[in-house]
Amino acid sequence: MSAVLEVTDIKKSFGGIHAVNGVSFDVREGEILGLIGPNGCGKSTLFNCILGQLTPTGGEVKLDGQVVTGLRPSELNKLGVSRTFQLLQVFPKLSVRENLILAGQEHQGNMASRLVGRSDAGLTEAANQMIGFFKLDHLADEPAGGLSYGQQKLLDAAMAFMGGPRLVLLDEPAGGVNPSMLADLKERLVAINREKNATFVVIEHNMEFVMSLCSRVMVMAEGKVLAMGRPDEVRKNPAVIEAYLGH
Amino acid sequence: MSGFAKPLKIALGLAVIAALIIVPMNFNRYGLFILSQWAVMSIAAMGLNLTLGYAGQVSLAQGAFVGIGAYAAAIMTTHGWPLPAAILVAIVLSFAIGWVLGYPALRVQHHYLAFVTLAFSTLAFLLFRNESWLTGGIYGISNIPRPHIFGIATNKPLPFYYVCLGSLAIVSLAVWWLIRSPWGRAFMALRENPLRAQSLGIDTRRYTLMAFAIGSALGGVAGALYAPLTQYIDPVPFNLSLSLDLLLMVIVGGAGFYFGPFLGAMIAVLLPEWLRFAEGYYLMLYAVAVMLLLIWSPTGILGILDRYLAERRTKAASALRAVAKSRLETVQ
Repeated sequence: MSAVLEVTDIKKSFGGIHAVNGVSFDVREGEILGLIGPNGCGKSTLFNCILGQLTPTGGEVKLDGQVVTGLRPSELNKLGVSRTFQLLQVFPKLSVRENLILAGQEHQGNMASRLVGRSDAGLTEAANQMIGFFKLDHLADEPAGGLSYGQQKLLDAAMAFMGGPRLVLLDEPAGGVNPSMLADLKERLVAINREKNATFVVIEHNMEFVMSLCSRVMVMAEGKVLAMGRPDEVRKNPAVIEAYLGH
Repeated sequence: MSGFAKPLKIALGLAVIAALIIVPMNFNRYGLFILSQWAVMSIAAMGLNLTLGYAGQVSLAQGAFVGIGAYAAAIMTTHGWPLPAAILVAIVLSFAIGWVLGYPALRVQHHYLAFVTLAFSTLAFLLFRNESWLTGGIYGISNIPRPHIFGIATNKPLPFYYVCLGSLAIVSLAVWWLIRSPWGRAFMALRENPLRAQSLGIDTRRYTLMAFAIGSALGGVAGALYAPLTQYIDPVPFNLSLSLDLLLMVIVGGAGFYFGPFLGAMIAVLLPEWLRFAEGYYLMLYAVAVMLLLIWSPTGILGILDRYLAERRTKAASALRAVAKSRLETVQ
């Protein structure tokens, strides 16, 4: 399997604090890679460096073998890299459908065609499919702000898939979601991973969720990679137990 | 404005348009001047509503763009150019300058941005006043001609009012198209959450510059109509207080609402006229009215309507849920 994403020796310092201190890993085509580690170990900072939200102090990010370090988040998104945030980031005043159309519109045509073309950028059908896929049908015309937390979390994830991304970085998708909805979310993610051949990197603290969803798990501690491997290997790794999982 | 039945909305819209065409026919000269001024200021306020209301970029420079448009039109038409050509130049000029003024917005936001645009406003005023070889300085430019449209002279107040109204109609349609296009959605995303917008592929830099450029271009259009309306311009009307007035129109009408600028311009232009009975106190009354409105509804007049409609929708939805629940219980 070829690598979709190759990260080489990424560093990010804030003043004297080395939030990410030389992290290297690769993400293989079609896999679901889990990223775990204690709070403050640099997981989200690493995401932000990969996605161009932060400029890394050092190191290199390659997408399909092309160096993409220093590209803006919107440019990376156009190249097929999408993300969700740790905190909810839906547009509360827009309806569920409008949120999804917004999430996909920049992948349709160009600036000029988006000005003179259709109001929905031709995405109503695709948005409705996504709404059906995430079982949000009865809420399609509701303002997103009126949805429950779990439903907004689903919408947030759905938005990341509207542009048909190849690589999706999910930052704590399960945080604050109740168990039954969590099963739903996992099922949806697995389905998209298989059917659309989308590759995922998932930050998550819910161990059961990570271990059952991911094909490989990377553990970070104090800005460095502590371990990388299959879930059962990682779970048994003494260093991981020491730093994160506990006895 | 959702919540009203569609036919009712269309009927209401047609009635307002018909009234704007028919009622002023027997207005006097002054009444027509005020109404024309309302149309012109609505255009400028719509531009600012795009920049500020939809895209969330604070600007205290809209009055300067009205000035740029007005001087472009005054200089060109007094040298024999037709008004449509002058409007075109005003649009291109304000669009380009607005684009450049957008660059600071890529670095600074909110009140910092307000100060950058305020400085630009002052700079523009100084140019109008000091570059007398071009602008006539403090003596201004007089005898600005009014155009012939399709061979009809618009020297008289009524025909020129129709020129202003027609221009307002064209601008309104264009803005309506813009805000319901994907661009409008991108502007709104820029205002609500630029970080998320970027992660969805929205080029926030380009949209920010576009929001400034298009909003400013509409200021230029308003200016290019203002010059032949007053037929005399000097630097004073385009100082900072015009920018503040336009900001007031957008805020009072309801920033980010399509009809906000029309209402806001109506209040800013007409209310002082209606309050004339109060003579010396009219400005005080006006100030108090604005303060009370903004305390009551910080989102402006249309904010009140929006809240009312949202409340009604919520009530209707919870009533539906209650019905569904009771049915479920009966079944059980």
